[in-house]
Amino acid sequence: MKALQVDKKVAKLGMARVMSTLSPTAAAKYGPLDLVTIDPPALPGAGWRRVHTHLAGICGSDLATVEGQASPYFDDWVSFPFVPGHEVVGHLDDGRRVVIEPVLGHAARGFAPPFDGAAPGDGDDYAHLARGSLEPGIQIGFCNSTCGGWAPQFVAHESQIHEIPDTMTDEQAVLVEPAAGGIHAALLTLPVLAGIDRPVVAVLGAGTMGLCAIAGLRRHVPGVQIVVGARYPHQQAFATALGADVVAKPDELARAVRRLTGSQMIGDHLSGGADATIDAVGTSESIADCLRFTRPRGRVVLMGMPAQVSVDLTGLWHRETQLVGAYTYGTETMPDGSRRRTFDLAIETAQQPGFERLLSATYRIDDYTDALAHAAAAGRRGAVKIAFDLRPPVKPVAPASDADDSTKVSQ
Amino acid sequence: MPRPGFVLEVDRSTPPLLFWRGENFSLEKLPAGRSRVIYPPEPLKPIDDVDGAIRHALLNPIDQDPLPALLFPGMKLTIAFDDVSLPLPKMQQPDTRQRVIEAVLDMAADAGVDDVHIIAALGLHRRMHEYELRHALGDRIYDAFHPRGMLYQHDAEDHDNLVELGTTPHGEVLEINKRAAESDLLVYVNINSVPMDGGWKSVCTGLASYRCLSHHHNGHTLQHTRSLSGHREHSALHQSIWRMGKILRDHGPKLFQIETSLNTDMFPSPFDFIAKREWEWTARDRATYLATTKSLDRTPRRLARKIFHSIQAPHRMTSVQAGETGAVHELTLQHVYRQQLVPVEGQTDILTLGIPFVSPYNPDGIMNPILVMCMGLGYLFNMYRNKPLVREGGVIIMTHPTYREFHPVHHPSYIDFFEQVLPDTTDPVVMGQKWERQYAEDEWYRHLYRTGNAYHGVHPFYAWYWGAHGQQWAGKVIVVGGDPSTVRRLGFTPASTMDDAFELASDVVGRAPTITHLHVPALLVADVS
Repeated sequence: MKALQVDKKVAKLGMARVMSTLSPTAAAKYGPLDLVTIDPPALPGAGWRRVHTHLAGICGSDLATVEGQASPYFDDWVSFPFVPGHEVVGHLDDGRRVVIEPVLGHAARGFAPPFDGAAPGDGDDYAHLARGSLEPGIQIGFCNSTCGGWAPQFVAHESQIHEIPDTMTDEQAVLVEPAAGGIHAALLTLPVLAGIDRPVVAVLGAGTMGLCAIAGLRRHVPGVQIVVGARYPHQQAFATALGADVVAKPDELARAVRRLTGSQMIGDHLSGGADATIDAVGTSESIADCLRFTRPRGRVVLMGMPAQVSVDLTGLWHRETQLVGAYTYGTETMPDGSRRRTFDLAIETAQQPGFERLLSATYRIDDYTDALAHAAAAGRRGAVKIAFDLRPPVKPVAPASDADDSTKVSQ
Repeated sequence: MPRPGFVLEVDRSTPPLLFWRGENFSLEKLPAGRSRVIYPPEPLKPIDDVDGAIRHALLNPIDQDPLPALLFPGMKLTIAFDDVSLPLPKMQQPDTRQRVIEAVLDMAADAGVDDVHIIAALGLHRRMHEYELRHALGDRIYDAFHPRGMLYQHDAEDHDNLVELGTTPHGEVLEINKRAAESDLLVYVNINSVPMDGGWKSVCTGLASYRCLSHHHNGHTLQHTRSLSGHREHSALHQSIWRMGKILRDHGPKLFQIETSLNTDMFPSPFDFIAKREWEWTARDRATYLATTKSLDRTPRRLARKIFHSIQAPHRMTSVQAGETGAVHELTLQHVYRQQLVPVEGQTDILTLGIPFVSPYNPDGIMNPILVMCMGLGYLFNMYRNKPLVREGGVIIMTHPTYREFHPVHHPSYIDFFEQVLPDTTDPVVMGQKWERQYAEDEWYRHLYRTGNAYHGVHPFYAWYWGAHGQQWAGKVIVVGGDPSTVRRLGFTPASTMDDAFELASDVVGRAPTITHLHVPALLVADVS
C-alpha cells in the first residue's frame, strides 16, 4: 500500500529544518517524509484490530516532525521508520466506524493498567511507552509497529478504539482527537478556578488546538469568561462562535485580560491577570506572554508543543505561577467531581453544530506536499485543520440523459 | 496693518495648496472653478506693554472691585491656571500665565497675603511635567511654591478634596476642587486660544470632578453642540456649563477671572512658510518647503515629532481683561473673533482639512488615531459660526498618516479604547452607555492619572465625543494617507491620494462637488452665512 513515512535520515532532517524556514513545500519535498509503498502492518496480537483510514488530520506535532523541528526528547520515545497520522477516523474490518485514541497505553503494550477503567493516556509512569510488545512510540503515528493514519491501513488496540454514531460524519469525527486535546487543556485549568465565581481563562492562539480548548472551556468550565488572542479574522470568528467572550489580536491580549480582570499594569506584567491561561502556540514569546498576564498563583497550561525555548522565569518564581503541560487526554475529573473519558467528551463536542467547519480542506496522499504546505500556512490561508482523505475516490456521476436534455442537444 | 482673512476661489493659476500630514506636509491641487480656500487673518498687532496691560486689567476690572481691594492678610487665595493643552504650539517664554500670575502675586504680597495656592486646572487632562510647569510659570514661581506644596495640579479623583456646590435645575451637579471652593478669593488665569474656552468653562471643567464633567462631556450633549466656536445658544455644552456657572456664582467662592487672547503668530522661522499664502511663497519659501518635506520623509517619526514639539510659537498677547467672569468673557470673545473671524458665503459639498502633529490633547506626545478624529471632526470641523463649511451629508477629507501608535504614558486608556471600544461601536452615545463607566472607574487608569502623566481613563471618550457633531453631520469621512486598517477602525474610509479621495467621495457628492479647504494652521472661525 502507498503510505507517507518518516525515516530517521539525519541529512534529510537537517535539510527539512533549513528548508522549512524558506518554504513549507520544500520541507515536505526534501525532508524525512516520503511517499512509499509498504506492506500493511501485521496485527501484533490478541485485541488488536485493523483500521481502514477515512480521514487523517495533520497536526502541529506532525508538521514539526516533517520540518525537522521536533525535539531530541522524542528520540527514545519513537521508532523509525513510522507512518504519521494520529487524528484518525476509519472503519474496522467488521465495518464499524471508529475514531482512535492514539496513545499506546498499558493495555496496548501488555501491561496492567494503572487503575480499573484507565484510558491509554493515564498513569504516572511512562516506561510502558518504550517497552513491551511494541517498538517504542508514544502514539499511533509515531510507532513503527502500528503504522499510522497517513496510510490506508494501520492497527490499533481495542483499548484505543471508540465507535462513533452513524449520525456523526467523518468530517466531524476527524476532529475528535484534537477536540480531546483541547478539552483536556481546558479541564487542566480547574484546580486554580475553584471557588471563583466568574473565573477568567485566557487562550493564546486560535489554531485548531486553541479553538478546541475554547470549545472545551465553554462546555465544561462553569461560569468561565474566555478571552482569546487570535491572529486572523477567521480564527477570531471561530473563537467567538465557539464561545469566547472577548477576542483580541495576540498583541492586544494582555490589555484585554487587564480590562477583564481589573488589574493594573506594572512594567510589562499585569498586577493580577487571568486565573489560568492556555498557551496554544508554544514558543518562547508565547510562554513569556502567558506568564505576564496570568495572575499570581494562577496556572499556565502549555498545550502547544514548545521544543527548546528561552524564557525569563523570574516572574514565574515571584508570582508562584504554575506551568503545566497538556499533552493529551485520558480520564478527567469534572467540576462536579464525576470522572469522564476525555474522548467521550470530545465525541460529544465534535458533534456540536458547526464544529465540522474547523476542517478546512482535504487532500489525497499523493498531493502531500500541497497538503503540508497548506497546513503549515493554515492561519495565513484562512484555514484551520487540513486532513488527508484516504477514502476511495468518488467517481463523478454522468449526467442523466433524459428526454428534455436530448431535445436541447438536438436543437 | 494685518490683512483680514479671506476666501480664495481656486482657478487654474492657483498653485498647489499646503496640507498638514501629521509630522509632514504635502501640496495638493484642488479642482479649479469649484474649490475655495479659507485663509485666516494675519496675526493682529500685539500689545506693546504686556505687563502694563496686565496691571491695568487687574486694577480696572469689569464689574468687579480692583484686585488689591479683594486681598487682605490672613485670607486664603487660590490661583488656578489653564494647563498645558494650550496654547499650541507652546509659546515662547515668558508665557502669558507666568506674566499674569507674577502680577497677581506681587499684589498679594503687597497686601500681606501669605496663604496662596497655585493649581493647574487640568480637569481630566494629564498632569503637567515639571518642565512644562516651569515653562508655563517660570522658574521663580515654580521654585518658590512647588517645594512647599503650594503649587500643584488639580486631582479630579481626590474625593476628599472635592466639594459639591450645588445642582442646576437640570440636575447637573457642580463639584469642584475643595481648596478653590473654600478660598476667600479664586483667581483664574486663562489663555483664550479658541472661542470655546474661557468664561465659566474655566472653573467648571478645569477644577471639576468626573461626576461634574459627565453632565456635559457626553455624546448626546456634543451631538447638540453646534458649534464649539459659535453662538453659545447653539452649544448644548456651553448651555450646561453656563448653568453650572450660575451655581458657581451664587454658591461658590468669590471669583476673579483674568482672560487673555493671543494673536495667531504660531510658527517661527524656518517654519513660517506654513502660515503664508501659497502664491506669495518666495523662492526661499519653496526651497524651505522642499528641504523640509524631503528631510522629514527620511527622518524617523520619533525624531520628527521631537522637532515639531520643540517649536516655540511667537504668539503675542492681543488683550487682557479681568473681573466678573461673564462680562470678562464677552469682551474676550470680541478679541478672539477680531483675530479669527472670516466671513464665508455658503456651504460646499466637501471640506478638506490637513491634520497637524498636535492637538490640545497631545502636547509633547503622539497624535494617536483617536486624536486625529478629535482634531478633524471635533476641533477643525467646529471652527464655524452659524453653520458648518460643509453641507449636511457632505464629505470631510482629512490628510494624516493615522498611524496606530499611542503614547504609553500619556494615553494608556486610549490604547484600550482603540482595541476594545471602537471595534464594538463608533457611536458616541452607544459607547457612552456601554463602555464609559468601565473606563472611568478603572483603578489602573485612576492610578496613572493621579500619580503619573496619564489622561484620565475616560478621556478617550471625551476626545471621541468632541467629534460627535461632525461625525453625525458628514455623509462620509475620508483620510488621505492614513494606515488603512486604522482608518477603517475609526469608521472612516482610507484613500491613498487626494484624487482617490475625490473619487471615493463621488459616491456621496457626485462628480463635480464644490470644495472648501480650511487652511491650517492658524486658527480661524468661519462665519458662514
